[in-house]
Amino acid sequence: MSLLEVRDLHVEFRTRDGVAQAVNGVSCSVEAGETLAVLGESGSGKSVTAQAVMGILDMPPGRITGGEIVFQGRDLLRLPEEERRKVRGSKMAMIFQDALSSLNPVLTVGYQLGEMFRVHQGLSRKEARARAVELMERVRIPAARQRAGDFPHQFSGGMRQRIMIAMALALEPDLIIADEPTTALDVTVQAQVMELLAELQREFTMGLILITHDLGVVADVADKIAVMYAGRIVETAPVGKLYRAPAHPYTRGLLDSIPRVDQKGQQLNVIRGMPPSLLEIPPGCAYNPRCPMARTLCRTDVPPLYEVSAPRRSACHFWKEMFDAR
Amino acid sequence: MHADRSGRSLAREDGWEARMLLTRSRADKAGAGREAVLEVRGLVKHFPLTQGILVKRQVGAVKAVDGVSFDLHQGETLGIVGESGCGKSTVAKLVTHLEEPTAGTIRYKGEDITKLSGRALKAVRRNIQMVFQDPYTSLNPRMTVGDIVGEPFEIHPEAAPKGDRRRKVQELLDVVGLDPAYVNRYPHQFSGGQRQRIGIARGLALRPEIIVADEPVSALDVSVQAQVVNLMERLQDEFGLSYLFIAHDLSIVRHISDRVAVMYLGRIVEIGTETEIYEHPTHPYTQALLSAVPVPDPERAERRERIVLEGDVPSPANPPSGCHFRTRCWKAQQRCAVEEPALAVPENFAGTLHDEPVHHPSACHFAAERAAVAPPVAG
Repeated sequence: MSLLEVRDLHVEFRTRDGVAQAVNGVSCSVEAGETLAVLGESGSGKSVTAQAVMGILDMPPGRITGGEIVFQGRDLLRLPEEERRKVRGSKMAMIFQDALSSLNPVLTVGYQLGEMFRVHQGLSRKEARARAVELMERVRIPAARQRAGDFPHQFSGGMRQRIMIAMALALEPDLIIADEPTTALDVTVQAQVMELLAELQREFTMGLILITHDLGVVADVADKIAVMYAGRIVETAPVGKLYRAPAHPYTRGLLDSIPRVDQKGQQLNVIRGMPPSLLEIPPGCAYNPRCPMARTLCRTDVPPLYEVSAPRRSACHFWKEMFDAR
Repeated sequence: MHADRSGRSLAREDGWEARMLLTRSRADKAGAGREAVLEVRGLVKHFPLTQGILVKRQVGAVKAVDGVSFDLHQGETLGIVGESGCGKSTVAKLVTHLEEPTAGTIRYKGEDITKLSGRALKAVRRNIQMVFQDPYTSLNPRMTVGDIVGEPFEIHPEAAPKGDRRRKVQELLDVVGLDPAYVNRYPHQFSGGQRQRIGIARGLALRPEIIVADEPVSALDVSVQAQVVNLMERLQDEFGLSYLFIAHDLSIVRHISDRVAVMYLGRIVEIGTETEIYEHPTHPYTQALLSAVPVPDPERAERRERIVLEGDVPSPANPPSGCHFRTRCWKAQQRCAVEEPALAVPENFAGTLHDEPVHHPSACHFAAERAAVAPPVAG
């Protein structure tokens, strides 16, 4: 049994301009100790999927219209809110992109970290404070004892992100969801933070869902990858295979369009057009208006996730041609 | 096709043809031996830190830029990379004269522009234009695209007679790949990538020689970044532009730049051609920075040797003595704390020939070559 299994998840947002189909039938799974990277551009539905799993989706305007989120054998969508809250934080935790706006600016970081223990485990203030300092040491914040009394704005971006990681780890969860954890950080600090996260994941054999738009970060840390486009998974594969030979034209387009630090490229290959509006997703394959391989079938039929070779899947009617072409 | 034609018609006016001929093909542009359009020497910008409410007294200074020198040659792209707070955006503001430097000179075709004001400054500014990072906040939401792109003509009426402006604006939109029929639309009707094209069209309006682009693609989605980068390269070839391209993304800088300057805490620590910096870096900071960049290739990611730096960038209000990088450097010794390394070809490489890739300025007492980017897999 997988640690987490998402089955055919649908999420929509009712807005003034109409219904935005943010997630349209996403299925994926994560095992203990495994890292799943969810890759996509803004508006692809990757963050909404994460929020639905975590149970922090803004409802309304958001609405889960179908599917199951099975975590450790229980469907979270059927749990009463009281039960759900016990899972959140202690069994699964989330790391957000922007640590400064995720931390309370008027409380010390020691207090905020300690809150986890007071609320979930009923520890006293003093005990909670001691545990908070321990956590700060574990994520390698220098002079943790003194700094526990500091406020979030007194820390640098990298240090704040470490505090976010500490907070997520506090109750030793089985699953961590990291939503663009290093996007706001400089590369040298990004390297420190990713290394720390990977090390802690190994230590606790946690499942990790890494949500990102950075193909480079994914190649570094993930075991498997799910590429999202317009609310659907278009390709899922073990990391090495995906980079060597993408089985979906969108993945190929992304890989070809990024400049690389290890190569002096000629002209970049461009994906024409732009991502579709979620209010009016093109019929058939959502990628068809931008796809160089698109044909009549692509404009009428939504491609299912074809099995390429287990566990690899591609939502392209013509995935075979992707391989024949090379 | 259409865009190409109007681009050339733009180029033909004002002797642009001659400048285009000067531009060499992208392949052999190394910058050496060509006329420098911009010479920056010993540029310093300190922002005062004050204390007190009624009587403000200066208690210190943020040394945002602390002695930066470089040349920008005709038709080349000089990339400036560095982490946040290293002073790269301040350099952009100084070059475009949006900030007054504390010290140093910026020579545009031999003339020091830091002392200019009034009419003389306005004339120079026409030739140095800027493209901003955020296409959402750098376009006035209450102006139509036509007004935004045509606004430079209001400030410099000599650039285009009034009756001619609308046609010029439409030509500019065409050049950057937007439909000229869009002139009456507002910025919110466009996507991020399209807005950045509008920003570029505005930058091109006065046909400048130099474009300073501060993080021009970092706010865009991955699949749209490539479109804008390709557009900037095409425009450079078409109009013989010189770019000062400022970004934190090392991959994009490598892609677009002929030469690259690496900044750390207000100083340039290493400068050279794209190959010299990316394949033969000799400064430890450049090596660490390059090794930290995630490479979208799992096989290569495994083989490379990553240098993970300790700690954070120190505050520019109180930078370390001597070499600014010494507090995070694994090679630091006593000498680094006392003696500030000069930006010059390091002593141990002084004997190398000029065309050897290690022969480039690097501000380190212990400069040594070290491959920071894993080589490609053979076969």
